[in-house]
Amino acid sequence: MSETPAIELRKINKRFGPVHANKDIDLVVKKGSIHGIIGENGAGKSTLMSILYGFYHADDGDILIDGKKETIPDSKAAIAMGIGMVHQHFMLVDNFSVLENVVLGAEDSQLLAGGLFRARSELKRLEEEYELRVDPDTLIEDLPVGLQQRVEILKALYRSAEILILDEPTGVLTPAEADHLFKILEVLRNEGKTVLLITHKLREIMAITDTVSVMRRGEMVATVETKDTSMEQLAELMVGRSVLLRVDKKPAEPKAPVMEVSNLTVTDSRGVQVVKDVSFSVRAGEIVGIAGVSGNGQSELLETLSGIRRATTGTLKIHGETIDLSTSTLDAADMRGKSMGHVPEDRHRMGLINSFTEYENSILGYHRDPAYSKGLLMDLATIKKNAVAEIEKYDIRPPNPMLKTANFSGGNQQKIVLAREIERDPEVLLVGQPTRGVDIGAIEFIHRRLVELRDAEKGILLVSVELDEIRALSDRVLVMFDGRIVGERGANAEEGDLGLLMAGVDNSPSVQGGMQ
Amino acid sequence: MFEDFILILDSTVRLSTPLLLACLAGLYSERSGVVDIGLEGKMLGAAFGAGAVAYITANAWLGLLAGIGVSVALGLLHGFASISNRGNQIVSGVAINFLAAGLTALLGQTWFRQGGRTPALPEGGRFTDVTWPMAEQLRDVPVIGPIYAELLSGHNILVYAAFLAVPLTWWVLFRTRFGLRLRAVGENPAAVDTAGISVTWLRYRAVIACGILCGFAGAYLSIAQGAGFGVNMTAGKGFIALAALIFAKWRPASAMLTCLLFGFLDAVAIRMQGQELPGVGEIPVQFFQALPYILTVILLAGFIGKAIPPKAAGIPYLKERS
Repeated sequence: MSETPAIELRKINKRFGPVHANKDIDLVVKKGSIHGIIGENGAGKSTLMSILYGFYHADDGDILIDGKKETIPDSKAAIAMGIGMVHQHFMLVDNFSVLENVVLGAEDSQLLAGGLFRARSELKRLEEEYELRVDPDTLIEDLPVGLQQRVEILKALYRSAEILILDEPTGVLTPAEADHLFKILEVLRNEGKTVLLITHKLREIMAITDTVSVMRRGEMVATVETKDTSMEQLAELMVGRSVLLRVDKKPAEPKAPVMEVSNLTVTDSRGVQVVKDVSFSVRAGEIVGIAGVSGNGQSELLETLSGIRRATTGTLKIHGETIDLSTSTLDAADMRGKSMGHVPEDRHRMGLINSFTEYENSILGYHRDPAYSKGLLMDLATIKKNAVAEIEKYDIRPPNPMLKTANFSGGNQQKIVLAREIERDPEVLLVGQPTRGVDIGAIEFIHRRLVELRDAEKGILLVSVELDEIRALSDRVLVMFDGRIVGERGANAEEGDLGLLMAGVDNSPSVQGGMQ
Repeated sequence: MFEDFILILDSTVRLSTPLLLACLAGLYSERSGVVDIGLEGKMLGAAFGAGAVAYITANAWLGLLAGIGVSVALGLLHGFASISNRGNQIVSGVAINFLAAGLTALLGQTWFRQGGRTPALPEGGRFTDVTWPMAEQLRDVPVIGPIYAELLSGHNILVYAAFLAVPLTWWVLFRTRFGLRLRAVGENPAAVDTAGISVTWLRYRAVIACGILCGFAGAYLSIAQGAGFGVNMTAGKGFIALAALIFAKWRPASAMLTCLLFGFLDAVAIRMQGQELPGVGEIPVQFFQALPYILTVILLAGFIGKAIPPKAAGIPYLKERS
């Protein structure tokens, strides 16, 4: 290689207690390239990048920036070396203006005025050079996430970053926003910047990177030119075996509706309508997917149906009765009593109590069931027996019902929740983000289990922001935008078509022609 | 009538001063994300320190320094517990209140043997009132005279310091680098950390600023407004200051107005003592004394709109281990 690489890592090691997060990592990143790092959750990507950004310190190994051996004690040092990072969760102050956020930590002097003045003209220059338009005086909280991310990029460029690290940058973006981000990254590369893109989405790697490195369980397993590889090959490298990217399933044979929602409107605590006059039904033996960018009412819809949130208007027909949701006082336990299972979107906040053991979590929400009690006391023996059976059936690892769920991996935690809800044999299952933060092996298992449930003639309502997941599983797709269902598509909906609907654009003939 | 009004306003200023100093102290701390329920304790400690040292040295300035010293030390204790060791900020603050209440009474009794009080201050041990030039000559000019001679002139230097601290605090908060970082660390410490700034050091500086202002507040009570330290002489002023801070939504100018309002109610209460109101009769003084508290409860319950505290207030910062 003739040119000095922008970054070179040699034998980087990092341990957190017993966890070996990075094992002998070697990595060479060419200057002026977009270098992808892909791996499952927990593969050690973020740890490695945090070491580069001075957030963590490597136990041993060398870091070379521009061919020079460096130690990076903190983020300040990383910034001084020209490394910028766009974190997965934005590091912005919500009630500050764009300008103040850009300047924070790079103020020039004790007094603000000079720094703000310089930043204002510098932002204008960056805006022209990289097409990164954003009003410097808007407050962050008033900006959509796509623009917030742009502010993060501007922050890095303002600090003259030559190397830009992006950690899972598209997780919160619409497909259109993601495309725009990729264009920005290309401009940055063409201007000679080096971009490190961390993601677990294969599609992004293929679309944008020049080179890709694959991490698996803390190790760097391969670095290849993107043009010489394929999604299947990368997926295999990530998991260590070949995986099915598509779910094997036969066409649905839907029966009678098991859940009918009519005219549902939900207002949140700020008084804003978040679900607007939504009607749909789910039939036995089908999976109805709700697609949409997060924050368009899907979460509130799910919470209302599961009895956690109150509705303003609307009725729900389930289990042979019609419930007026605007006056109903049914809570989550009552709804479970109506044979409706619920896998909440956020397993840490709603699905599990992580300081409880696996077997305690395995009956959470069903703990009042007489089957689990003996008089006033809980029937621990039965509960544990059930837990063990579920562990076996769902291949939950480690197979120890006495372990706190905090000690299980994301995939296994999700399987615990799924097992709990499915094994109570509900007629309808509400599922939110079933594979968020779950590794590929577990995704496959969870998807297969959901299809089996469908084939057992249950109705499933699936909410997911992962378009691939919606398309792989759903027999019908409803798209939510701004609280409304803006379109319905069949099992073979095209990605581009759904993407447009998710952004609130619909030019399909079915709407204009009034066809259903 | 006008004269009465001026007199009430005059004592409003005197009564608001310790509240204002403590309120601004809390503002620095809470804007940085460190909730400080220990304002009361720090003020009390400072009042004792100031009273004791001013008595021994017969020097008000040394007394003030001692007050600041005690208060900053208690502030650093709060910082050590809640910033360095990520303890619960409320618990640490309450502990400081108990510590100060007990220790001042105990040391006071041990050293001075006057039931916990410090002896009356000698000449020079007290901040005396500053008379502005021409105050006496202008006193008889209608309207302007009393305002100048009573309201503006004739306070001790700490009163002026307290009111000058308001624009100064605003300027620090919104016009300096320190202020920008201070506000940022109270909203999103992770943003500050990733910008290469030490969250710990920044919060310590906020806690020290808080200590200095509480030192002023305490010294004001014992060696400016009063002439010696008395057991539990803060009498809940630290908590009222905290309420005023919420009331003022963590803004300096609003903090001043709120403290003036509380001071005004206090002044009216004193004025109304033993007086009959036509048609109503004598209003119990307790009613006026309770007014600031009643007002706080009512207004905080929804009449001032939502008071949104700094987002990270009360939460110790821990680097995420992803």
